[in-house]
Amino acid sequence: MSRGGWLARWPVIRQLKGQDGRSDAARSARTDALRPRTEAADKVARSICPYCAVGCGQLVYVKDGRVTQIEGDPDSPISRGRLCPKGSASKQLVTHPGRQTQVLYRRPYGTAWERLDLDTAMDMIAERVVRTRRETWQQTHDGMVVRRTLGIAGLGGATLDDEENYLMKKLYTALGAIQVENQARI
Amino acid sequence: MAECHPVGFQWVVEAKERGARVFHVDPRFTRTSALADRHLPIRAGSDIVLLGALINHVLEGGLDFREYVLAYTNAATLVSEDFRDTEDLDGLFSGFDPETRSYDPRSWAYEGTGDQPTGEHVEGGLHHTLAAGPDRYGAGGAAAHPRPRTDPTLTHPRCVYQILKRHFARYTPELVERLCGISRADFADLAEAITANSGRERTTAWVYSVGWTQHTVGAQYIRTASILQLLLGNMGRPGGGILALRGHASIQGSTDIPTLFNILPGYLAMPNAHRHRDLGQYLELEGGDTGFWGHRSSYLVSLLKAWWGDAATEANDYCFGYLPRLTGDHSHYTTVMGQIDGTVKGYFVIGENPAVGSSGGRAQRLGLANLDWLVVRDMTLVETATFWQDGPELATGEQRTEDIGTEVFFLPAASHVEKEGTFTNTQRLLQWREKALDPPGDCRSDLWFYYHLGKLIRQRLTGDETDRPLRDLTWDYPEHGEHREPSAAAVLREINGVGPDGRALSSSTQLRPDGSTRCGCWIYCGVYADEVNHAARRRPGREQTHVAPEWGWAWPANRRILYNRASADPEGRPWSERKAYVWWDAELGEWTGLDVPDFERTKPPDYRPPDAARAEAALSGTDPFIMQSDGKGWLYVPAGLADGPLPAHYEPHESPIRNPLYGRQANPARRTYDRPESPYNPPESPRFPYVLTTYRLTEHHTAGAMSRPLAYLAELQPELFCEVSPRLAAELGLANGGWATIVTTRAVLEARVLVTARVRPLRVQGRVIHQVGLPYHWGWGGGGLVTGDVTNDLLPLVLDPNVYIQEGKAMTCDVRPGRRPRGRAALDLLEMYRRDSSAS
Ligand code: SF4
Repeated sequence: MSRGGWLARWPVIRQLKGQDGRSDAARSARTDALRPRTEAADKVARSICPYCAVGCGQLVYVKDGRVTQIEGDPDSPISRGRLCPKGSASKQLVTHPGRQTQVLYRRPYGTAWERLDLDTAMDMIAERVVRTRRETWQQTHDGMVVRRTLGIAGLGGATLDDEENYLMKKLYTALGAIQVENQARI
Repeated sequence: MAECHPVGFQWVVEAKERGARVFHVDPRFTRTSALADRHLPIRAGSDIVLLGALINHVLEGGLDFREYVLAYTNAATLVSEDFRDTEDLDGLFSGFDPETRSYDPRSWAYEGTGDQPTGEHVEGGLHHTLAAGPDRYGAGGAAAHPRPRTDPTLTHPRCVYQILKRHFARYTPELVERLCGISRADFADLAEAITANSGRERTTAWVYSVGWTQHTVGAQYIRTASILQLLLGNMGRPGGGILALRGHASIQGSTDIPTLFNILPGYLAMPNAHRHRDLGQYLELEGGDTGFWGHRSSYLVSLLKAWWGDAATEANDYCFGYLPRLTGDHSHYTTVMGQIDGTVKGYFVIGENPAVGSSGGRAQRLGLANLDWLVVRDMTLVETATFWQDGPELATGEQRTEDIGTEVFFLPAASHVEKEGTFTNTQRLLQWREKALDPPGDCRSDLWFYYHLGKLIRQRLTGDETDRPLRDLTWDYPEHGEHREPSAAAVLREINGVGPDGRALSSSTQLRPDGSTRCGCWIYCGVYADEVNHAARRRPGREQTHVAPEWGWAWPANRRILYNRASADPEGRPWSERKAYVWWDAELGEWTGLDVPDFERTKPPDYRPPDAARAEAALSGTDPFIMQSDGKGWLYVPAGLADGPLPAHYEPHESPIRNPLYGRQANPARRTYDRPESPYNPPESPRFPYVLTTYRLTEHHTAGAMSRPLAYLAELQPELFCEVSPRLAAELGLANGGWATIVTTRAVLEARVLVTARVRPLRVQGRVIHQVGLPYHWGWGGGGLVTGDVTNDLLPLVLDPNVYIQEGKAMTCDVRPGRRPRGRAALDLLEMYRRDSSAS
């Protein structure tokens, strides 16, 4: 960087004097003082991109209880630190303002959403599962034992974790719900 | 691939820089085409013609890798005298029942093996009509005789090799030109490239995505590629294979540990009421006794023990009776019909958006509107949660909010960084994610939701007999933190399985059928070996070989290439030094190499099985395809497919042209829904003259719930568009940047016009066929910063009979200039099209 007073170090002046504005002459004291967000993180979690099945490695930087940055993980032999537009945008997936963080409830024939607390919603859902299962239980079908309900069905996306899929299939099967499907067929 | 799996494509580019030739076969010119050596535009829905012609090219020229073919495939096997080909029966294989539109596969069997594989036929009757749909087979598929009669000279007229030769004889370069729109010169270049690049020294890989699967002949597309790759010796070898690029972070995991109706974890079939009265009958019928599938009793009993613990005993069939039974097709679209008919009352939609993402969206929304209750879990208010408030049927006046009785619960979900767990990527690799922070507000993981829901349900049980599967269920995982999050690691450990001493198992070969082992998914056994979470391994790639075995964990047994015994010759030597991968070390008396050998470690190449041998012991030292009952790669499939032992070209259900090969226009066994919610465009209809295909863009993700709300992505791709060629644009008066209306019998929608040479009109059957392409990422809401009409609404509900996947990549449509009509007028336009097309 050139010597002199603040004026002489001002990038505009340096660039006007013919120094390359795409290189050092673009720097100021302020840019020199800038630090990457990743440096100040309290924590870095090793994660995987949630979009396509290439499975690129991600590093998730957290500071003060917020995700401050998500970057490609250079250690990954799959992605070698790279992310495509979706993977690069995934911090917004976590932090965008449109994200819903409250339980909402629409009563039958209702015209608007209502608030519900999570525990109440869980109780209501459990009650409906048990009731619907009883009301629609099929012990036999065409004279054969089937032990099932056709009254309850499920459809899951393919961003579910393996462990989540496992508990879902386990619970549905114990309930006798067989119409369990996933994006994997769609 | 460059569009939808961009970071994976870096390896293709790298291979190209090292001399590989890259061909891109796609109706559109994309970023992949831009980086490939050649782009071959193809008519959507005609790939079996192209692949079949490549097979014919190989067979006619004797260009197959003969040593590989003789040793590792069923080319020499003799087929029953009763078998008749599509060439004999004008597009049908023997065994077709026109009434049920399904096949009885008995005549497809190997010669002299009529007493097997008959499991699926022991009872006859109605269920017999579902010859081989997804409700029929687990991973074992059908069994075939382990040592059938063969003719190693490959000259017997009924050996598989000769049957293939006859079957594909009419799949010529001329036919490719006529049906696919690919010139003879382009075809010759492709054929020359793949044959020159296969053999001892070289391998060729095929890569596909849903462009091959979403067809009424989707499974047969993959079959055609399998035949080609087996003939050229490209399976089980480095740089070979048929690689499915899967579209979602853990869609492979959702298949392995299935939230799918027809299978249990590890590709074990769900029991069927007609065939499986008890455990013994299930085990007897669900596959052969030879090959590794012969251990299915260990896999299933260990699963039942994982689920029902001490309650599962030998005396009670290990609680096999707790499993609910299938009686046919219970797949996604059939479930939707059940909603419309009122049999399905409650529906859980978890990180999915069928109101926008499934074919024929109107039927989906009619189903949602007829439920008693609906639970939607997602990160934003997806259209599936809000259809009652703002769905398209309200705009047309078909529905009114006040008339919709569905009770809706929306529960916000945790993001991928707010929970820990594994994704299984497209190469079967399990990668563990660390949790970065707690989810905000009411957001919870789906693991939390199902675990606590299960606990609440169990609190409400009675002493009733039907509640016993829930009462006895092992449902106790350590909980952490203020939200009482269940431990994902504990769940993964249960999936891995434990031995009699309660310690984590290290291999599925340790599983036993006597109830002494527990394992939630046998193919994942080993991920927690030595009590270590191997999915969390992160040894940097640069510190390992290119196989990178210490990054994550691939099922099964951390193997990176399946069936890699085939990378060595029958004597166990690498086919060539260039392509050395796994080989037999005679001195040590074991298989070794760069990967975990997909073979019993100490079985020598000269092992020959004794007559009474079972399971893997029944396969010889030269049988690499160890999950098959005969250890061979199947060029011809004697049982297990719903629509024939060989692929044949049928036109899509909706096509502008007539099938010139056979009297059968479309796959005779395809699954249709013949009811008002599911109308179809008639074949060869002048009202719907254009081929319609759909696809994804780099900047969005499927139905858009994970991309439309993101400012960066929404800005990069703000609006739905349709791609049309300059010639079609001129014919129809479409202006670039203006509006077009796209119509099928299902829906009418509007999109911006993108006039581009990327879609070329093709000359097919002597006339010009125009193709129209639409991405499908938009919807009317879903928290999207950008909105648009729902492309999937255009698609027909017609399915591949093997896997019940919809034909979303090739159908017909009409295109009109200008915006679509609004409200009631949209319905009137549709009505006019339906009337016109049924009259023509
Ligand atoms: S960054 Fe892109 S290529 Fe990599 S996994 Fe994510 S979506 Fe796929």
